[in-house]
Amino acid sequence: MKIRLLDIAHARSGDKGDTANVGVIALQPRWYDVLEQFVTRSKVADHFRGMIEGDVERYELPNLNALNFLLHGALDGGGTLSLKTDAQGKVYSTALLRMVIDVPDTEAKRLGLPAAK
Amino acid sequence: MRVAAGQGFWGDDLDAPRRQVEGGQIDYLMLDYLAEVTMSILQKQRERDPSLGYARDFVGAMESILPAVLDRGVKVVANAGGVNPRACAEAVRSVGAQRRGSKLRVGVVTGDDLLGRLDDLIGHGHPLANMETGEPLSSVRERVLSANAYIGSDPIVEALGGGANVVITGRSTDTALTMAPLRHEFGWSADSWDQLAAGIVAGHIIECGAQCSGGNCLYDWKSIPDLANVGYPLVEARADGTFVVTKHPGTGGRVSVPTISEQLVYEMGDPRSYITPDVIADFTTIRLAQDGEDRVLVSGIKGKPPTDKLKVSVAYRAGFKAVGTLVYAWPEALDKAQAADRILRERLDRLGLTFDRVLTEFVGANATHGALAGDRRDAPEIQLRFGVRSTDRAAVERFTREIAPLVLNGPPSVTGFAGGRPKVEEIVAYWPALIDKSVVKTKVEIIS
Repeated sequence: MKIRLLDIAHARSGDKGDTANVGVIALQPRWYDVLEQFVTRSKVADHFRGMIEGDVERYELPNLNALNFLLHGALDGGGTLSLKTDAQGKVYSTALLRMVIDVPDTEAKRLGLPAAK
Repeated sequence: MRVAAGQGFWGDDLDAPRRQVEGGQIDYLMLDYLAEVTMSILQKQRERDPSLGYARDFVGAMESILPAVLDRGVKVVANAGGVNPRACAEAVRSVGAQRRGSKLRVGVVTGDDLLGRLDDLIGHGHPLANMETGEPLSSVRERVLSANAYIGSDPIVEALGGGANVVITGRSTDTALTMAPLRHEFGWSADSWDQLAAGIVAGHIIECGAQCSGGNCLYDWKSIPDLANVGYPLVEARADGTFVVTKHPGTGGRVSVPTISEQLVYEMGDPRSYITPDVIADFTTIRLAQDGEDRVLVSGIKGKPPTDKLKVSVAYRAGFKAVGTLVYAWPEALDKAQAADRILRERLDRLGLTFDRVLTEFVGANATHGALAGDRRDAPEIQLRFGVRSTDRAAVERFTREIAPLVLNGPPSVTGFAGGRPKVEEIVAYWPALIDKSVVKTKVEIIS
């Protein structure tokens, strides 16, 4: 079943130099495992291909039902050097929530995940 | 022990400090005024006038909260001192002097400012290499505007211990402003790592003001009540290192597990290792629980000893930039904006202008989410946003004259040029570095 992250998670993003961070938080604690299993480092790197120049790192915070992604080279130099509208990476959060993941039907049904429209 | 946050950055709601001291009982008000490049702006102000170089909003804030400080004993901790904490303290002292018999005792923390010591430090084997690129500071030395070490809570605790009821620092960490009152009140020892880590987490949660109490919150954002009257956050802390985040009754916004979770992940790096001068906090140990309406209990936090380095924030001149915009209307708004972009680039080429960076964004199509936003060919309007950057000011200046002509000699259905020519802006860039803790000596004075 196709699941859109916006329907199962919320997020906030910020900056550190030329790196944007995106924290993604499951809307329900039982959905955290889905994030951990399907929102992988490489899937996020693919999602942002063409938008960021560097690597992606992933950290897990099961205590907050959250994942934290670092997107390196995401801010056109970052801070005051950047020419981007989003020089501080404030809206990479919802850009990540556009991602669609593919969860096996049985698991999606068991967890009550909403199907992507 | 109640510590309230009244300012999340320089430019935040001017009235928030007053609302925080009047909206309910608090013991401390902490005010965070400094962002990464604020120090360089303040340094420029000080160069023009030696009595300036601090966040002047703070003086107005002090006027508005003076009765609470003098009559109810609310103490204030602020990093409003910028590059001139003494001048800031002097300005605050004269606010206090307006009241007969005023018992204002202003603690001033200095020693973070390394600008005058830079050559000496570099000469003595402290390269202050850029944490992102590894480049030594010597390569931009003559363009440096300010250099400040991020200092921890020690000197603020010392000032509070010395009887200060207002403490003004320069570049202390944002989190130290919350941590210091907790250490002072609870007497946490310098190696109570778990309690200290809790102090850091409390500071991280409230240092951005209302961003943890409903502001900028994506979770169920439409249901968050009365942001016009948003309540800024406060922590009710206990000696054991647990604390509740809440806000004054009758205010707007919301304090819930989702609003706090969003703030916890804001600007986060490796969550296991949130490094500060006081302690390294492990954000994977934080437990959150709803504890009644607009109350979140935070517990379980673990910490470990800090490193022997301090982070240094250096600001240096890094060239010039300008951004110009035009708006193209339906039909084919995006095609028109893209055509204008091609024409503009060709004209800049013909003029022989070269830039270190040229960036075009099509606002309404790709400025925030790039190609992820999908096809926007049918958009009702698109803003062409064209930016250039160069170390050659004249090239950037010349660029600013190339936007307006497009209104008459480029693609049709164009508007939105009321703002005039783009302005050339000097770039003051941020250079993060590390330095040995042992070479940074802080000093505390108390002015009555």
